[in-house]
Formats: sequence, structure tokens, C-alpha cells
Amino acid sequence: MNKGMSEIVKTICRIVSPFILIFGISIVIYGHLTPGGGFPGGVVIASAFVINLLAYGREKVLLKLSLNKSDILHDIGAILFLLVALTGFIEGIFFLNIFDKGKLFSLWSGGNLIFSNIAIGLKVGTSLFLGITLLSMARIFYKKDKIEYFEKEEDIK
Amino acid sequence: MVINLGFHIFLLSLMCIGSIIAVASRKLISSLVSLGTVGMLLSIYFLILGAPDIAITQLVVEILTLIILLSAITGRDVTADMSSSKLYRFLFIIIFIVSLITFFTYSNFIFPEFGKPDMHVGKEYLYLAPEKLKAANAVTAIVLDFRGYDTIGEATVIFTAIIGVMVLLRKKGKKDE
Amino acid sequence: MIIYIIISIMFLIGIYGMMVKKNIIKIIIGMNIIGYAVNLFFVVLGYRNEGIQPILVPGIDIKEFVEKAVNPLPQALVLTSIVIDLSTICFLAALSIRIYEKYGTFDLEKIRRLKG
Repeated sequence: MNKGMSEIVKTICRIVSPFILIFGISIVIYGHLTPGGGFPGGVVIASAFVINLLAYGREKVLLKLSLNKSDILHDIGAILFLLVALTGFIEGIFFLNIFDKGKLFSLWSGGNLIFSNIAIGLKVGTSLFLGITLLSMARIFYKKDKIEYFEKEEDIK
Repeated sequence: MVINLGFHIFLLSLMCIGSIIAVASRKLISSLVSLGTVGMLLSIYFLILGAPDIAITQLVVEILTLIILLSAITGRDVTADMSSSKLYRFLFIIIFIVSLITFFTYSNFIFPEFGKPDMHVGKEYLYLAPEKLKAANAVTAIVLDFRGYDTIGEATVIFTAIIGVMVLLRKKGKKDE
Repeated sequence: MIIYIIISIMFLIGIYGMMVKKNIIKIIIGMNIIGYAVNLFFVVLGYRNEGIQPILVPGIDIKEFVEKAVNPLPQALVLTSIVIDLSTICFLAALSIRIYEKYGTFDLEKIRRLKG
């Protein structure tokens, strides 16, 4: 994963991945009208970044979205979901839906469903991107001559 | 569109054959490929059963699973599978036969009838979601509003697993300093 | 009835993969197949013959929608379970990378013998 793939794969992944990102955001935001929601939208957003990781290599993708930024973003997603749940305390019960319910089949409907969907989508997407990037980095730290075979038992303790 | 029972049985037996190949194959690469086949067939089957959100989730999660398992395999020993022990294989055959005999004889008591669900709670949720919440998607309304307390727990589990990955793959541990 | 028995056969194939095999990657694949079988069992429990999906479209009356739709409650339970299984596999892959770095092999017999 260091030097990337051939030119055809690089060009197609560069063209297609913004459309995948916008498709994932559309699944998240319209989660209360069409099939979808926070969890499917989150994994689609994660896969829009992973496709660039596979085609270009680890260093080029980390220039766009570094590990520290995605670490902060998935913390913000978790805290935002708890904040939406805590607004129910204004009326007295935890997790009560106090926003205006709007009209059926329009964008603003369902109370606090939109904010919960956005928080969950942000959290799941950045978490999975972080996990997969860390797994791909582990091949470089551990070179082949650091592995000790089991003839020498006292080195393993 | 009327779907016979035979079509359901055909798709399910394809999935069983794929999973047998995935578990018992000798090379690791071919078992990963057939695991991908099982996942894609499962996504099509979820769409036939009337669950479109789950079909989207299963399709993308299957591809990400293949990427994760491939990144754990490449560069390491990838060739042959090792031999398995005789004691556990004998124990497994006993468990298999006993389970199948139990399921066949008591199948009327254990499993409900296929195609006629009793929806005591589901009917209430299907009625309440467009009336009180004014949300058209009943599944999202159940996950985030009627059963929202479970979603907090599940979000915590995902969060903890990723923090576990970050701790495991650190560059310098405590003993190196 | 026979549909549930085929799903339980798939579950038993996953248990075969976890009990009998000695490679760590095969054990992870067996756990994945157990996850597939359990999620499938839940969604099949809520299926109605010639039913429609539980999402309201602007042409259907609500009374008819309640009579004809499939059960939405098992779908809501399975939706988060799939993403949790993905995170578990991510964690197990990181663990197996660490095991390979320390012992040099994926074989469970050789790792068990070195407890020293």
C-alpha cells in the first residue's frame, strides 16, 4: 500500500469518491423519509475514504484527513449524540422528543431524529476509517527481522 | 410479486454451500473469496425479505470485512491450513447429530410458523410512527426514538472497540522506554 | 419450518469453524458465519407472506399499511448488530497481528505450547 496502484485505478477512484461521499450524506440526512439512517450512512461515508486509501497509499490520504482530526471528529460525534439525548430533560424525562414535529413527508419532521442521525453518521464513519487506517499502518512498523522464533524461549518473556 | 417457498430454500442452500467452502478450504485466499460470496447473497436475500436498510448495511459491511481480513493476512504466512485435532472433530459430530434430531422432533414448539408473524408490539409501532412522530420510516423511529436507550449502549460498544484497536497498535509500549 | 432448519445448519457450520480449526483466521471466519446466521434468523422471524416494507410512501392509507407491512421490530435490532460485528472483527484482526509479531505463526498448537 505504499506506492499505490496503476493509473487507471487512481483516476477512477479520484473521480468516483466525491459522489460516494455525497450519497452517504444523503442517506444520513433523509434517514426519516427513505430507507437508511445513521448506521448505513456512516459506513458508506467510511468507505468513501477507504477507496482512496486503497488506490493512493497511506501518506496521500493522511494529508487530507489526518489521524488527529479524525480522532477529534469521532469524539465530537459521540458527545453530540449524548447532548441530543439530554435535551429531553427540559420537559422532565431523559430522551424525550421535544422538538416540533412538523408535517408528514417533509424534511423537517420527526423531532430530534435529524440531529441524532447526523451525530451517529459522523461517529460511525470516522471510527471505521480510523480503525482501517491503523490496521494498514501496522505492516510498516513491524519489519521481518523483529520476529523471534520459538527456539529462544527466554527472549519472549 | 409472489415468491414461492422453493426460491427461499434455493438461496439459503447456496449460502450454506458457500459457508462450507469458506470454513473447510485449504488456502486462506479462497476461503476469503467465498466469505464474500455469502455476504453478497445475504444482502440480496435481505432485500427480498423486505428490509432495505439492512441490505445497504450488509453490502458495505461485507466489503469492509474483506478489506480488514486481507490487511491482516498479506505479508504473513498465507499458504496452507494446518491439521485439525481428532477429539474436537468427534465431539462436533455428536453435537451436530443431537442438535438436528432435537430440531426435527420439537420443531413445532421451538420455531414459529414462517409467514405469519404475531405483531403485538410491532403493530403499535407501525401505527404510532406516522401519527405521533410524523416520521415515514418506522425502522429509524424505533432505533432512535422508541428504543433509543439501546442505541446509546451500541454506540458505546463501537467506540470502545475502536479505542481498543488504537491501544493495541501503538508504536512504543511501556517496556520499550 | 424447513427454512429455520437450514438457518440452524448454517449456525452449526460456523460452530464447526470455531471448534475444530487451528488457524486463527479460520476461527475469525467461523465467528463471522455465526453472526450471519443469527442476523438472518431474526429478520426471517418477522416476515409476512406478500408483505411490503415498513416505510410509508405517499399513496398508501395508514390502516392498509398496518395490515400489510412486515414486522419492523426485528429489523431495528439487527441494524446495529451488523455494525457491531464489523468493529469486533477489526479488533480481532489487530490482536492477531500482534500475535504474529510475537510468535511468528498463526498456528494455535505452537502458540499454546510456549506458555513457559
